[in-house]
Amino acid sequence: MNASGPAGPIPTPESGVEPGRGRVRFVLARLRLMWRSFRNGWGIFMESRIGTLSLFTIIAFALMAAAHPILMAFVWDPATYDPVTGYSFDQVEQPAPPSWKHPLGTDPLGRDVLSQLLYSTRSEFVLGITAALVTVGIATFVGAVAAYYGRLLDAFFMRLADLIIALPAISLLIVLSALFHLNLFYLALIIGVLGGFGGTAIILKSQALSIKVKPFIEAARVAGGGHFHIIFVHIIPHLLPLALLYMMFTVTSAIFAEAVLSFLGLLDIRMSWGIMIHTANTGGYLLGGTRYWWLIVPAGVSITLLCSAFYLAGRALDEVVNPRLRRRND
Amino acid sequence: MTGYLVRRTGQMVLTLFLIITFTFFLVQAQPGDYASFYVLNPDLPPEVKDEIRAAFGLDKPAWQQYLIHLKNTFTGNLGVSFGNFPRPVLDVLAERVPRTLVLFLTATAVSFYIGFFLGKAMAWRRGGLFEYATTISGALLFTAFTPAFGLMMIWAFAFKLGWFPVGKFLDPLVWRGADVSANYVFGNMLLSAAAFIAFALLVMLFLKRFGRRVPSVAAFPIVLGGALVIAAAWALSGIGGLALDIVKHMVLPVATLTLVSFAGTMLLTRNSMLETIREDYVMAARAKGLPDKLVRDRHAARNAMLPIVTSLVYSLIFAIDGSVIIESVFSWPGTGLTLLQAVRSEDLPLVMGAMLFIGVLSLLAHVIVDVLYVYLDPRIRYQ
Repeated sequence: MNASGPAGPIPTPESGVEPGRGRVRFVLARLRLMWRSFRNGWGIFMESRIGTLSLFTIIAFALMAAAHPILMAFVWDPATYDPVTGYSFDQVEQPAPPSWKHPLGTDPLGRDVLSQLLYSTRSEFVLGITAALVTVGIATFVGAVAAYYGRLLDAFFMRLADLIIALPAISLLIVLSALFHLNLFYLALIIGVLGGFGGTAIILKSQALSIKVKPFIEAARVAGGGHFHIIFVHIIPHLLPLALLYMMFTVTSAIFAEAVLSFLGLLDIRMSWGIMIHTANTGGYLLGGTRYWWLIVPAGVSITLLCSAFYLAGRALDEVVNPRLRRRND
Repeated sequence: MTGYLVRRTGQMVLTLFLIITFTFFLVQAQPGDYASFYVLNPDLPPEVKDEIRAAFGLDKPAWQQYLIHLKNTFTGNLGVSFGNFPRPVLDVLAERVPRTLVLFLTATAVSFYIGFFLGKAMAWRRGGLFEYATTISGALLFTAFTPAFGLMMIWAFAFKLGWFPVGKFLDPLVWRGADVSANYVFGNMLLSAAAFIAFALLVMLFLKRFGRRVPSVAAFPIVLGGALVIAAAWALSGIGGLALDIVKHMVLPVATLTLVSFAGTMLLTRNSMLETIREDYVMAARAKGLPDKLVRDRHAARNAMLPIVTSLVYSLIFAIDGSVIIESVFSWPGTGLTLLQAVRSEDLPLVMGAMLFIGVLSLLAHVIVDVLYVYLDPRIRYQ
C-alpha cells in the first residue's frame, strides 16, 4: 500500500492522537471495573445461603440438559430411549416401575421417563433464556428511551405497560393457543414481548430515571455526547444489574407458563415436563397417588425446583443490586 | 379525587376497547371464520352456505364487521355459544362469573392476610430458622406447578382422607330431589356473605369511631353472633343442606389457590419491612420503649404496606390466572374452565366472551387497587 496516500484514519480532536490505543485502554479499564464490581457482587451473592443453593440447583439442571445428547449418542439406543418415539420392548406392561434399565420407569406409552426428563430440561432452558433475553432486551431499551426522552414517548410506553400488566397472561396464552399453533420459539417470543413491554419496562424505567439525573450524564452531554451515545454507553450499562435480576424472574414465569399450557395440552411441543404430566393425567394415573409416583413426581419436582431456583437466585441477586435489603453489620 | 376517578374510568373504557379490538383482529387473522363451524357440513347445498355466511355478516368487508362487532359487544350481544348451542354467550357467562368471583375473592383475601402476617413476622425475626423455613417453603409453594399441586391436594384430601368431594360444583345425589336451582342457592349464599361482610365492617367502624374505651376484642363476639344468626337462617330455610354441599365443594379449590398465591405477598412484605425497619421513626418508637409488637404492627408494618398494595395488582392477576388453572383441575365451572373448554372445542364466541370478562375483571381489580392506594397513602392525592 502507498504510505503517502490518503488512506488510514485521520486524527480528529475527539479521538485523541492515538485513537486505537486510547480506545483499548478505555475498554480495558472498563472491563477491570466491571470485574471488580462483579467480584464484590459475587461475594455478597455467595454470602446468602439460599442464593448459593439455588445457583447449584440451576447448574445441576444445566448438566442434566447437557447429559441428554451425550447419553443418546453413546449409551442409549434411540429405538428404546427416544423421548417421543422410543418404546421399551422388554417390559410386559406399561407404565413399568423403575428398574436398572429404566431408572425412573416408563410412561403409559412405554417411553423412558428419565430420557424424557433430561430431554425436556434442555427445552426448558432454551425457552426460559430466550424469553428472558427478549424481555430484558426490550425492557432495557424501552425503559432507557422512555426515561431519557420523557413526554409523549414515556406516556405511550407506560400506558402500554399498564395495559399489559392488566392482562392475565395465562388466559391470553390459552386464547392464542386456540388460534395459532404455538411452538416453543413463538411461546418464548410472546412471553418475552409481554414481559418486556409490561412490568419489567416500568421498573427499568424508574431506575433509568434516577440515573438520568446523575452528574455524569450531564458531563457526557456537555462533552458533546449524542442522544444514542448517552443512552447506550451511559444509561444502559447501569441498568444491566437490575435487568439481570428481572431475567431470573422471567425465566421462572416462562417455564411456569409453558408447563401449564403443556399440561392443558395446548402447545405444539415435542416433549416437556408439562407434557409428561399431561400424559399421566389423561391416562388417569394421577389419582393412583403413590402407586404411579414416577409418572408425576420427577416432572412435577423438576418444574418446582427449577422455577424456585431461578426465583430464589433472583432474590439473592436483589440483595446485591439493592443495598437497602442487605443485612446490617450489627 | 373525583376527577381522578373519572379519568381512570375513561382509561379503563379505552383499554377495554383496545382488548376488544385486539381479540377481534386476532380472530380475523386466522384462517376460517365463525361460519366454518356450520359450513363444513357436507350435506349443506352451496346456497344455504352462502345464506349462513350472510347471516353472520361475513360477506361484508372487515371494517364493517368490526363496527358491527363493537356495537354488539357494547349492547351486550356476545353471540350464541356453539358448544351450549341455543344459549347466548352472555347467559352462559352470567352463570359462571359469580362462581369465579367467589373463588378468586376469597382466596385473594385470605392469602393477602396470611402473606402479610407471615412476611411481617419474617422480617422482624431476621436470620433465624423461621426465616429460612418460610422463605424456602413459600418459594416452593409460589413456584409449585399449580396443576400438579392441585391434583396432589385432591389425592390427599378428597381421595385418601375423603374429607372433601373430588371436584365439580355440587353433588347430583344431594340435589336430586331439590326444587330450587343451584344458581338460586348460590345467589343467596353470595347475598348472605355480602351481608355478613358489611355487618362485620360496620361493627368494626362503629367500635373504632365511638368505642375508644372498648377493646377491639369485643368485636369478636358481636361478629360471631352475626355469623351464627346467618347460619341459623340457612339451617331453618330448608335449603341449608344444599348450601353446605356447595361450601364443601368450595373448600379445596379455595385452599389450593390460597396456598399457591400467599407466598408472593409474604416475600414482598418481608422485603418492604426490611426497608422500613431501618427508618428513623422505627428507631424512635423503639427508643420510646414501646412494646415490640406495637412497633412492628403500628409503626413498621403500616408503612411497609404501601408497596405491597401497589403490587396487589400483580397478585390479583396472578390469582386470576391461578383460578383458570385451579378451575380446570377441580372442574369448578367458572369463567376459567369455560374459557378452556371453549378453546378446546373452538367455540369462538364463547372464547371471546370469556376473555372479555376476564379482561374486565382484571381492569376492575387494577382500578380498585389504584383507588385503595390513594386512600392508604395520604401523601398521594391525584388531581
